[in-house]
Amino acid sequence: MNKTVNQKAWFLILPVLVLVAFSAVIPLMTVVNYSVQDTFGNNQFFWAGLDWFDDMLHSERMWNALGRQLMFSGIILAIQIPLGIFVALNMPKKGFWSSFCLVVMSLPLLIPWNVVGTIWQIFGRVDIGLLGYTLDAIGIDYNYTQNTLAAWITVIVMDVWHWTSLVALLAFAGLRSIPDAYYQAAKIDQASRWAVFRFIELPKIAGVLMIAILLRFMDSFMIYTEPFVVTGGGPGNATTFLSIDLVKMALGQFDLGPAAAFSLMYFLTIMAISWVFYTVMTTIDKREGK
Amino acid sequence: MAKITLDNLAHSYLPAPKTEDDFALKELNHDWTDGEAYALLGASGCGKSTLLNIISGLLIPSQGRVLFDDKDVTTAPTADRNIAQVFQFPVVYDTMTVRENLAFPLKNRGMDAAEIKRLVQKVGAMIDMESQLDRKARGLTADAKQKISLGRGMVREDVNALLFDEPLTVIDPHMKWELRTQLKKLHSDFGHTMIYVTHDQTEALTFADKVVVMHDGRVVQIGTPQELFERPAHTFVGYFIGSPGMNLFDAEIDGTQAKIAGTTVDLGAGYVAAGKTQIGVRPEFIRLGSNGAGIPATIKRIEDVGRHRIVRLDVAGTEISAIAAEGEAVASDTNCITFAPEGVNVYVNDWRIAASGEGAS
Repeated sequence: MNKTVNQKAWFLILPVLVLVAFSAVIPLMTVVNYSVQDTFGNNQFFWAGLDWFDDMLHSERMWNALGRQLMFSGIILAIQIPLGIFVALNMPKKGFWSSFCLVVMSLPLLIPWNVVGTIWQIFGRVDIGLLGYTLDAIGIDYNYTQNTLAAWITVIVMDVWHWTSLVALLAFAGLRSIPDAYYQAAKIDQASRWAVFRFIELPKIAGVLMIAILLRFMDSFMIYTEPFVVTGGGPGNATTFLSIDLVKMALGQFDLGPAAAFSLMYFLTIMAISWVFYTVMTTIDKREGK
Repeated sequence: MAKITLDNLAHSYLPAPKTEDDFALKELNHDWTDGEAYALLGASGCGKSTLLNIISGLLIPSQGRVLFDDKDVTTAPTADRNIAQVFQFPVVYDTMTVRENLAFPLKNRGMDAAEIKRLVQKVGAMIDMESQLDRKARGLTADAKQKISLGRGMVREDVNALLFDEPLTVIDPHMKWELRTQLKKLHSDFGHTMIYVTHDQTEALTFADKVVVMHDGRVVQIGTPQELFERPAHTFVGYFIGSPGMNLFDAEIDGTQAKIAGTTVDLGAGYVAAGKTQIGVRPEFIRLGSNGAGIPATIKRIEDVGRHRIVRLDVAGTEISAIAAEGEAVASDTNCITFAPEGVNVYVNDWRIAASGEGAS
């Protein structure tokens, strides 16, 4: 096939170039720019090389934040994925109640992060919150502003409340796509309920579960608003996750250089993990398609 | 192995069926004799699969009873019935190997490992997949998967019945013959009661001792292939079995004579008929003539199908078919048809009636 040579066609992709430049490339480059410089105010900058990166890699504060972050993501995945599957398995398969469940379960997903944070902030308060007051009244020592464990539990329960539906909805969609014949054959083969789950349902929803895990991991790894609204990262630094720490550093302390270096590493970490997920998912797909 | 009795059985998918039309399966009484091979033949949506699923317990009928050897199992779960069933579309357990797939029903019944190994090896040979036993079932072709499904159905030797729900639809034609032969062999070796659902008459007629023809939720005839061919009990059977199907002429019946399109034809026996009367004659029995002695007909076209030719004729506005054997000339001036009385069946309101003096069919 002969291609027509028309250099003017470049103009057609110009809008996209401009858009991407302004929305992604230039801001990112600004961050890169800050990360290799130091400033003492007055808009004066000094070349700092890779010092900030070096600093950050040896900063105990950052490693601690990363540790908390990984623990948080690990815990919510360990709860939300099995719980989501369990909910999906027990949802009505069709009819009015099925639609009803779907709608009710979608509700938390529609609530803005800030509002979710506020809801739980008030809900958990010992003086006026239903949850906090009740727990206090029955003699359980619960105060998320002072007790580390209580703060963690609150943040985790909040995230589970907010996002388990997503896993459940994805798993439900996966389960609905399994033809009836599989269940019938399993009955004929006298398979137990566990065997049906292990050998039919789980393999069939594996693909969609990978997507759920990826989404939930990325999202929880970047979590900011909800814990910020509820605990503000406290008590102490107990719920200061990576994003919260980053904002503290960049906007609270105005340490632009270290914060920039840190955000670049943060960004690369998420990219790397997503790439691993992506690779695993496509290999699974290929194996299925073979 | 068991005799299966259906007692006043009927099923409707509606919660409160009112008229007979609401029933996907209309009232039915039948004994499936122990150890016989049956084919359940009918067009799509006539209730074949419904009937099969009721027998296997995947569906609880809305009325009537199912008995295995006189034991009521109507509401018993599938697991308690010890039935094997193979479905139209292949079902394999993707994450297991072929061997594990075949062993699965045995394992679930808690059989010991050595026995499982023996049975799996045997069934693996039967479906010609011995060399692939240790590969994963995922990624096999559709017909390989269906062979595994068949294998899982055949692996248990003590089943009460083996049910097949159009199992060879996705299989290559040459493999179809082979698997059908295997099924027949399995039947003669073990004498399981087998019920084989199909809409393919060749498959039904070659597989089964007895063919059960269903139409519109009703069993219209149960008989040997020969009976279905020679004495179709319902016009649907005549139409559905045979290629092309039986010809039907609207006729006025008067004793031993019938009047078709103004021509009187001798029936060879006396009939008492009232209602919508028709005469059915298979294309094999139609003779063409060019001397005007018979029912007036004009040739519309001739189709050569290899071993014989199908002649399509017009008789008083209805199209009928005749079969001309290979080498038999079809005269271009054909203007009438005749048929021998032996090839004639008389239908009243679509059901065949016996001639006076003939035993009930």
